[in-house]
Amino acid sequence: MQTEQWLYIGVFLVLAPLLPAAAILIPRLIAPRKPNKIKQDTYECGMETVGETWIQFRVQYYIFALVFLIFDVELVFLYPWAVAFDVLPMFAVLEGVLFVAILIAGLVYAWRKGALEWR
Amino acid sequence: MIPDIVLFIILALVAVASAVGMLFSKNAIYSALNLILNFSSVAVLYLILGAPFIALAQVTVYAGAIMVLFLFVIMLLGAERLRRSETLPYQQPVSIILAAILAVVAIYALLFRPLGIEAASVANPDFSSPAAMAEMLFNEYLLPFEVTSILLLVAMIGAIVLTRKRQRRVQR
Amino acid sequence: MNLSNASASLNAILPLVVVILWACALLLVDLFITKERKGLTALLAAIGMLASLIITLARLDLEAVVFNGMVTVDGFSNFLTVLFLGSGIVAVALSYDYLKRMGLEKGEYYVLLLFTVSGMMLMAVASDLIVVFLALELLSIPLYVLAGIATPRLDSEESSLKYFLLGSFSTGIVVYGIALVFGATGTTSLAGIVDAITAGSAGMGLLVAGAAMLLIGLGFKVALVPFHMWTPDVYQGAPSSVTAFMAIGAKAAGFAAILRIFIQAFPALSVDLTPVLWVLAALTMILGNVVAIAQRNIKRLLAYSSIANAGYILLALVPYGQSDVAADSVASALFYLLAYAFTSFTAWSVVIALEQVEGKGLELEDYAGLSRRYPILALTMTVAMLSFTGVPPTLGFLGKFYVFRTLLEGGFPGLAVIGVVTSLISAYYYLRVVVYMYMREGEPQAIRDPWLYIAATASAICLVVLGIFSQPLFAWASQAMLH
Repeated sequence: MQTEQWLYIGVFLVLAPLLPAAAILIPRLIAPRKPNKIKQDTYECGMETVGETWIQFRVQYYIFALVFLIFDVELVFLYPWAVAFDVLPMFAVLEGVLFVAILIAGLVYAWRKGALEWR
Repeated sequence: MIPDIVLFIILALVAVASAVGMLFSKNAIYSALNLILNFSSVAVLYLILGAPFIALAQVTVYAGAIMVLFLFVIMLLGAERLRRSETLPYQQPVSIILAAILAVVAIYALLFRPLGIEAASVANPDFSSPAAMAEMLFNEYLLPFEVTSILLLVAMIGAIVLTRKRQRRVQR
Repeated sequence: MNLSNASASLNAILPLVVVILWACALLLVDLFITKERKGLTALLAAIGMLASLIITLARLDLEAVVFNGMVTVDGFSNFLTVLFLGSGIVAVALSYDYLKRMGLEKGEYYVLLLFTVSGMMLMAVASDLIVVFLALELLSIPLYVLAGIATPRLDSEESSLKYFLLGSFSTGIVVYGIALVFGATGTTSLAGIVDAITAGSAGMGLLVAGAAMLLIGLGFKVALVPFHMWTPDVYQGAPSSVTAFMAIGAKAAGFAAILRIFIQAFPALSVDLTPVLWVLAALTMILGNVVAIAQRNIKRLLAYSSIANAGYILLALVPYGQSDVAADSVASALFYLLAYAFTSFTAWSVVIALEQVEGKGLELEDYAGLSRRYPILALTMTVAMLSFTGVPPTLGFLGKFYVFRTLLEGGFPGLAVIGVVTSLISAYYYLRVVVYMYMREGEPQAIRDPWLYIAATASAICLVVLGIFSQPLFAWASQAMLH
């Protein structure tokens, strides 16, 4: 039973690249090709591109990434909690709540300190 | 059994190739992307070994969050545009010698088992399922589990304390 | 584990729970304390630790094995808990005025201090390698941040980065050691490891390799030679109030882990490990004391002194495999740690009193003539230096005396001779500070902060008084047996 579940994911993994590949390949085969300068520009949500592609990011991104990393690790720990939620005793559920509560204190701190604001 | 071995060989090739690609690509961004591929193939290896939880953690934390951090740092420093810095002169011979020693010792240890390591026993298939993990985590490892959350909190405070100051300096 | 035995477990580690919850609460309360009133945060932090200290002192003979054997509360852990909490409270007293003078007032400073103290307390009770690892991280990460809390200052950033890199490296080695021990015995609990060894099911080769890795990783934390390279730079660059606490708390916690792991789990490996410990202790004492002679900066001098002191503490552990000496090993190591804590705090509070902004006031020359203008500071520094040297009747003398006695009981006279000779060498640089203070002319600058003076004089008085009436203290340390 276990292996079958993973098989589904395997099938998805095989199918997933096919869709975008089809979306790129089919127009290439059937669409007429008349390139000009504007068409060949890099498409960026309809805006004209400004400057180089490789730019220096702001420090702010880094702080977001750090806070994200911490909550990501928290999420990994909550995964078994969520899976076994229905069989766990009340006490174990409380443990999970405590785990989240401690990190919410961190979130409140980060918020109040303005670490989540874009400046 | 045979599909497992085929799967393993394919994944191992992908993992090794992406690791080599990471080392040799000139652009730090491509190195990072290769590393993501490497992490993902290792995650599937964990899955084959019957450790879905570790595989999941590998994808979420390593291939996900940590690589996001890596990419931001690379973009922050503009490292992808750096020239290949001159390497230490003795680095290459030393690394080759060390790698050779590792290979010899590993082969010796695997073939002759001098330390009396038993062959890995096949774990109970449900041993590392998320549900079994929950059972362990919330009973036996209750204290380490809660301490981990404190640890994450401290890491967050530390990151904010150290970077907030720096930002102000940049603004000036 | 259910609600009732979890509450029994929590009750056993109540002092630790109080400190952690207090730290979380303080983190949020501090958000609403204005920048001008950070003294309130300092006071609250001290109150939290004081409450925890009172609980610990009220239940000094508590013994319990809880959390499925992962935590052991015994005389050993109670002794160290008192040491850690006491150090934390003194550290707050040293920090408040110093931070204000240096323009470093941040509420997080005290929150992180509380967290690192809680990590140390967890280390004292840890009887499972997983918990040891978590405690190591919980005590180290706040210290990395605290070392860099003066962040636009380059030396502080350098100190933080070096400490972080070397610290993570050493933690990695500890984790590797834990993995090897687990591979050899199939368990991470110290009691389980002993069972596996006696049952003969442990792979001894792997086990020795794992124990060696643990020794190396923890050796980095307590700055044993040859794992000491980070110490002078980190101690010099970090804010002095942080260094003072780091020099005592982190070292004591590292030794807490070494003592408990080696004496409880690895006595069977003493044939392999005792020669290693012998060499490490000798190297640490020799290098620490000899290099300290060349130092003109007082923070670097104390850094090398702390390396040398790690060597003396390790002496107590050398004969740990002999079951009749093991009890004295623990007692003398604990007593030495206590003596070292008092002496260090005395010395560091004088250093903090003399330090000026921009890292000035830290050279030996700045101490010239201290006895004229600040006789109390000069006297307390003299007491500290005499105690570091090991001159009776100070506490430092008794610390060394008990350690050497343990060593002779275990049958290592050669190492004891090295210890005595290096102590004599250390007299040169310790007493040079005294010479500068009393016999050179100079215009020293120091601040007059009541909390700093109270901390300095109180610990100096303790050094002498407890040195004279040391019997009850040593009796307490002797009762602090490992369970």
